[in-house]
Amino acid sequence: MYEFDWTSIPGALPILGSGMLMTLRLTLVAMVVGILWGTLLALARLSGNRMLGWLAAGYVNLFRAVPLVMVILWFYLIVPTLLKDWAGLGAGTDIRMASALVAFALFESAYYSEIIRAGVRSVPRGQVNAAQALGMAYTQTMRLVVLPQAFRNMLPLLLTQAIILFQDTSLVYVIGLADFFGAAYKVGDRDGRLVELLLFSGAVYFVLCFGASLLVRRLQKRIAV
Amino acid sequence: MSYSWNWGVFLSPTPSGSGTYLGWLLQGLEWTLLLSLGAWVIAFVLGSLLGVLRTVPNRWLAGLAAGYVEAFRNVPLLVQLFSWYFVLPELLPRGLGDAIKQSDPLIQQFIAALLCLGCFTAARVCEQVRAGLQSLPRGQKNAALAIGLTLPQAYRYVLLPLAMRIVLPPLTSEFLNVFKNSAVASTIGLIELSRQGQQLVDYTAQPYEAFIAVTLLYVLINVCVMFGMRWVERRARLPGHREGQ
Repeated sequence: MYEFDWTSIPGALPILGSGMLMTLRLTLVAMVVGILWGTLLALARLSGNRMLGWLAAGYVNLFRAVPLVMVILWFYLIVPTLLKDWAGLGAGTDIRMASALVAFALFESAYYSEIIRAGVRSVPRGQVNAAQALGMAYTQTMRLVVLPQAFRNMLPLLLTQAIILFQDTSLVYVIGLADFFGAAYKVGDRDGRLVELLLFSGAVYFVLCFGASLLVRRLQKRIAV
Repeated sequence: MSYSWNWGVFLSPTPSGSGTYLGWLLQGLEWTLLLSLGAWVIAFVLGSLLGVLRTVPNRWLAGLAAGYVEAFRNVPLLVQLFSWYFVLPELLPRGLGDAIKQSDPLIQQFIAALLCLGCFTAARVCEQVRAGLQSLPRGQKNAALAIGLTLPQAYRYVLLPLAMRIVLPPLTSEFLNVFKNSAVASTIGLIELSRQGQQLVDYTAQPYEAFIAVTLLYVLINVCVMFGMRWVERRARLPGHREGQ
């Protein structure tokens, strides 16, 4: 039977901690940019403008058809070239974090836009008509009437998507970035204690995600009208 | 940006001499399809069973299924995959673990990825099936029991046939997710589609062609599955019954 040896974990806590910080940073940036860009995409699809709607739908469907692993690899290929051409960065600079941030933000915005589109459509038509009857312009109607109600309705879904995103950031492993999982894997590999470190990281993810999902469920009950 | 395109790269021979790079990609496509379809069978059977368990009037069985769902939904897929691949063989009795470790690496990778994807997706299928079962009017179950069906018969002949039709659209998106998630298996070295794409980049130094080809193949899988499932939906429709929406 396998003999567990957990002694390499306490010493590795600083590495794991900085990995967790990277995971949280990735999650937060991708979530904020994803929701902003996703809102614009959703509005483009709902705008009634054929051209805009088509472009937004194409963007969303393309990103939703391709595996996240491929998206991360794609941006790891494209972003460094662009940065080199535009910003004149040397070949030695580490741009993995930048390309991971771009990849996650653009990828998540496709998923967020679908949630937001459904949220906007869940606001009763009468609200839009009433706002227009008051003399509000399109942007005012959206900003002051529709979006506030829509976001309230879809807050639980947006947060659930954030929990999924938090788990998905572990895939930056494919470009060798040391997020929480990457750090745990490296430590485990170094000390020959992969079994313990993998189980430990799984337990940490479980506690955080399960706790967060319980909070979302409570929030859902509280804001239910 | 100065990049010299060379689409002919797919037809040039591989270093081993047998076959072309296009052959590599198609081999990767084969493994992706085999892995995803196999995982879907596991996920569908196990997920439906768990979905039923979550709705049966037995606290222990329902709790067991709920625990399964929480465990598999709250741990990242990558951590689960590494656990199946690196951790499980260590925790099994020594003889069995050693036998696994000495088998063909490709088989090891495939089995680990298959079980991982199957069990991961089963948790999602379970939630969909449960939602479908719970959306049925209570009268369906009561009526089934009233005409003398046992509980398993009520599920088999009345509740599941209705619930499955209702949840076909969300199940389609889970089915699509299996194909996309199968790309994670490249991290343990299984030579599926995205792994072959990366290999092509390493060998040919033509990254754009390789990635575009792989991406198009994933989009193609997506389109095929969507058409296939639309056909299934049409076939499964009950006359005079309101479907989904």
